[in-house]
Amino acid sequence: MFTADSPIFQQLAAKITDDIVSGTYPEESAVPSATDFAVFYQMNPATASKGVNVLVDLGALYKKRGIGMFVATGARDLLLARRRDEFREQYLQPFLREAQVLHLSIDELHRMIDETKEDLT
Amino acid sequence: MTNAIELHNITRTFGRSTALDGVTVSIPDGSICGLLGRNGAGKTTIMSIIAGQDRPTSGRVEVLGERPFENEAVLSRISFVRDNQRYPDNYRLHHVLRIAPDFAPNWNADVANELVDGFRIPARTPIKKFSRGQLSSVAIVLGLASRAPVTLLDEPYLGLDITARAMFHDVLLRDYSERPRTVLLSTHLIEESEALFDRVVIVDQGRIRADVASDATGELAFTLSGTTDAVDELSANQPVLRVHAVTGLKSVTIEGQADDALLERAEQLGARVGVASLPDLVVAFGAGTPDSSRPTTPSISQPAAQKGVRA
Repeated sequence: MFTADSPIFQQLAAKITDDIVSGTYPEESAVPSATDFAVFYQMNPATASKGVNVLVDLGALYKKRGIGMFVATGARDLLLARRRDEFREQYLQPFLREAQVLHLSIDELHRMIDETKEDLT
Repeated sequence: MTNAIELHNITRTFGRSTALDGVTVSIPDGSICGLLGRNGAGKTTIMSIIAGQDRPTSGRVEVLGERPFENEAVLSRISFVRDNQRYPDNYRLHHVLRIAPDFAPNWNADVANELVDGFRIPARTPIKKFSRGQLSSVAIVLGLASRAPVTLLDEPYLGLDITARAMFHDVLLRDYSERPRTVLLSTHLIEESEALFDRVVIVDQGRIRADVASDATGELAFTLSGTTDAVDELSANQPVLRVHAVTGLKSVTIEGQADDALLERAEQLGARVGVASLPDLVVAFGAGTPDSSRPTTPSISQPAAQKGVRA
């Protein structure tokens, strides 16, 4: 489940982000500890801590001393906003670059998006 | 952070062959460190010296702040099971489990039992009749159940089936969380074990080629692939570690990081630049031709030298 493309702690942070955004971990609910993540995903405990701490530093997770790690109120909106920025960078920009190479106009792109969306639904 | 293991300028020669050549490396306390490299690179020799089962020809070794050789205070805190560990001829599993706690003051029978059950290690078969995988299983039981502050695992996966490997990872991480310790693990199964490490050391021909935190391995080297002409132009004057080529196509692994000028030119030439993965790195550092200035593999005429050179 983890690949060599980016550091493993970032991949763990992305995975937890996915689960917060999708509602698997609702706000103010507990998430597994770094140790649990380490054992579950078979990764180094220090790496797992680093991944969890990415979200702590963002304010999406917070520690309750002696109890565990919880999802902060507002974490979902916070992470969604970040994901949208990343979407622009990771998908939209390469998408438009490729469209340019293929001489696709913006109008044609709009039409392709509408058609593809219809096929999907 | 203090270092659990410190090797300073260690050289080890066996007759005319040099197994370790100026090895300096530090393993921080609490690290799970991968020791990677080809057969004969020097991995087992490094472990033997850390474990006090061998002495360097020159250089200084400190484990938990002390020299390990014939030092009972340190040796009781080190666990080292060789990949070719031998047992007395008539030994069965229970003999090993009964004697092990004498050498491991932190021995935990629960961990041992869980692993013995999970690995399905036969109780009645003499150990000398064990398969390669079963021997590895015994070594892992000894390594993990010892709960030694410094745990050296030499090729723990040899012959081990995939279920057993997953269970080994599981128990290692769970027990590490309960009892943190310093683990040095040598292996060729890099993809499978990479996520376990917070640090990796790559050794080749008796020398340390890389010693970095796991999330910094991407900074050590990059790969370049494309048409032979493009790659030749781009890799000229670069420290090329490894070349892989067929007619018209070429891929190279280059030490260091690609600068902006190179990235720009690569795009113009249609060549692909990628991060070297950990397996890429180990392959690349191991690809060098043997140093002609000194023999690295013992010759047949030196049977005594053959012993600890394999890794």
